[in-house]
Amino acid sequence: MEEKRLLLGDEAVALGAIHAGISGVYAYPGTPSTEVTEFIQNDPLARESGVRSRWCTNEKTAMEAALGMSYAGKRALVCMKHVGMNVCADAFVNSAITGVNGGLVVLAADDPSMHSSQNEQDSRFYGRFAMVPILEPADQQECYDMQAFAFMLSEALRLPVLLRMVTRLAHSRAAVSVGSPQPQNILHPDEDRGRWVLLPGNARRRYAALVESQPKLEAAAEESPYNTLSLGSKPQLGVIAAGIAANYVREVAPADISLLKVSQYPLPAARVRSLAEACNEILVVEDGQPFIEEQVRGLLGAGYPVTGRLTGRLPRTGELNPDHVARAFGTGGGPVFQTAKNLAPRPPQLCQGCGHRDVYAALNQVLADYPSARVFGDIGCYTLGALPPFRAIHSCVDMGASITMAKGAADAGVHPAVAVIGDSTFTHSGMTSLLDAVNDNAAVTVIISDNLTTAMTGGQDSAGTHKYEAICLALGVEREHLHVVVPLPANMEKIAGIIRKELEYKGVSVIIPQRECMQTLARKQRLRKAEGGRQHED
Amino acid sequence: MKTDIKLSGVGGQGILSIATVIGQAATSAGLHLKQAEVHGMSQRGGDVQSDLRLSDQAICSDQIALGTADLIVSMEPMEALRYLPWLGPDGVVVTSSRPFVNIPDYPGEEALLAELDSLPRVARLDIEQKARDLGAPRSANMVLLGMAARHMTILTPEQLRAAIRAVFSAKGRKVVEDNIKAFDAGYESIQ
Repeated sequence: MEEKRLLLGDEAVALGAIHAGISGVYAYPGTPSTEVTEFIQNDPLARESGVRSRWCTNEKTAMEAALGMSYAGKRALVCMKHVGMNVCADAFVNSAITGVNGGLVVLAADDPSMHSSQNEQDSRFYGRFAMVPILEPADQQECYDMQAFAFMLSEALRLPVLLRMVTRLAHSRAAVSVGSPQPQNILHPDEDRGRWVLLPGNARRRYAALVESQPKLEAAAEESPYNTLSLGSKPQLGVIAAGIAANYVREVAPADISLLKVSQYPLPAARVRSLAEACNEILVVEDGQPFIEEQVRGLLGAGYPVTGRLTGRLPRTGELNPDHVARAFGTGGGPVFQTAKNLAPRPPQLCQGCGHRDVYAALNQVLADYPSARVFGDIGCYTLGALPPFRAIHSCVDMGASITMAKGAADAGVHPAVAVIGDSTFTHSGMTSLLDAVNDNAAVTVIISDNLTTAMTGGQDSAGTHKYEAICLALGVEREHLHVVVPLPANMEKIAGIIRKELEYKGVSVIIPQRECMQTLARKQRLRKAEGGRQHED
Repeated sequence: MKTDIKLSGVGGQGILSIATVIGQAATSAGLHLKQAEVHGMSQRGGDVQSDLRLSDQAICSDQIALGTADLIVSMEPMEALRYLPWLGPDGVVVTSSRPFVNIPDYPGEEALLAELDSLPRVARLDIEQKARDLGAPRSANMVLLGMAARHMTILTPEQLRAAIRAVFSAKGRKVVEDNIKAFDAGYESIQ
């Protein structure tokens, strides 16, 4: 009998990949992609069959390890949030030049509306840039079904496949019909060195082959079961909807609307033309940036009316919802009850008792005497130190930028220049920054606020736990300017004293406040208690 | 038949447990379900919400449209008000009446509750006090679910009780009993 399971979009991807016979998942945690890897780590079948699933240090190491597994002939999944694509871009783009051996699927979970992100870049552009096929599921069932399909496509075309999804699907649950698992590939490393050694002579050949293979990718998209065209009885307005956007169209549009649902790229140009010929106007509905809309304009020429996010028929920024799409069709009721009067924003904040709070309290106490000080922040829970009551940081840009921006600002004459970075972010992209600072003897004070976990995404293992002192010393930080402290209110004076002293040092200092995250601590206590409760009943 | 629910609260208050129980009940009842959650940064003491859609027909959108929700179910009174624009013309608000104040500019409690009471269909209760009175202080969210059950004709109270048993069974008998007791008290609090 067919089994149904209630799954998040992320979990459906994970189970689909396990059933497609992956031998490994490689990932760095990032909202909204984190639950894919967590599901695989906890799945009994994946554990039993030895699917490798430990967290990676960053998205680039993840992408490269997955490519290595593919080289060896086995199937691998890589998962990340959209900005992770920037980190792994070197490996990702070049994996299209080498091509793959075992199937390789790269999941990029985009975050339109920036629920937990610093931009809303659209990963489909990376797929087009690298010239690889892109899949974009519309619902949880497609999240599951597309895995086996994606791995077969990857092995048939010998290219990596980019799987793009958005927050609203990643973090939405629905019942999914699941099939049965297929075996993993056998070990069969690729013997063709000419594919894998990208010396210019080989690379030119490989790039020409990639360009020549594009008609095959286009044909696959034209024939894809995930790209569906249905023409209505009175086709005037034709709609092209990508992935999840098709659901909003089906929710609010007239039942017999002419709809081309796109879930596989390159854009199926022949199907777009069929729709255009049957209709006299096209509306493009897509979450993210106007990726399809721009291409359709090019395809149909200036004379054919095409509307969407570029023309303002849909909002240019932010995630789509049924209300936007209804307005684009000139329907939709809107609110019945108006916005309440007694309402205030409730932004997220650092947890009570969190060690980051003690770090910022000490830092603010000392910096009150240094009006010229600038504090460069980074990506993690501690970014919330930008908000009241602390208002402690002046920047937050990308993973690892705190240390290197502090160095650049110090080079320019800013003093004191302070970097605040979390433990996991430091191993992700801060170690090379610290080496630059040490090599240039930059006058920066680096605070690695270590809570022994990757807290922001829910408490995943952090790559460098218990190794931070050793790493800093090995990178050349001087012993007398490296301090490990415990961030507690009781230690405030001691920590403030160390910060004050190191701000005056004209070289690299590193202070490591180290105390476990309140959330992971509480979870461990709950687990212990639940364990005790069950034993008591037995 | 369909029921669209906006679940809301403050990160850490346990709205996802309510969603899990309803999801379990809906799946057992053979209903279609979509449940969009908020993960990540907002969970740190910020406002959180979940769109929960149940239907005997296939459901397209993961999100509920403005002015169409059948229920707002909230662990916190101001967070109930936040989603008023999504409430449908015959929609019901079921909420805790106890403010969770973790921001400096939280509105005055009297005005807040008066605005809630001015709505045509609202049920509010100090669910934390109720849970404490029952000797089940960690089950306030199940009191709220019991209140909501009065207005959720798509699922019966018995289906929801069975789902509570299924969802919490791994946590031991006491947790299950406390949650059932809390659910029943919430259900009985509305006539």
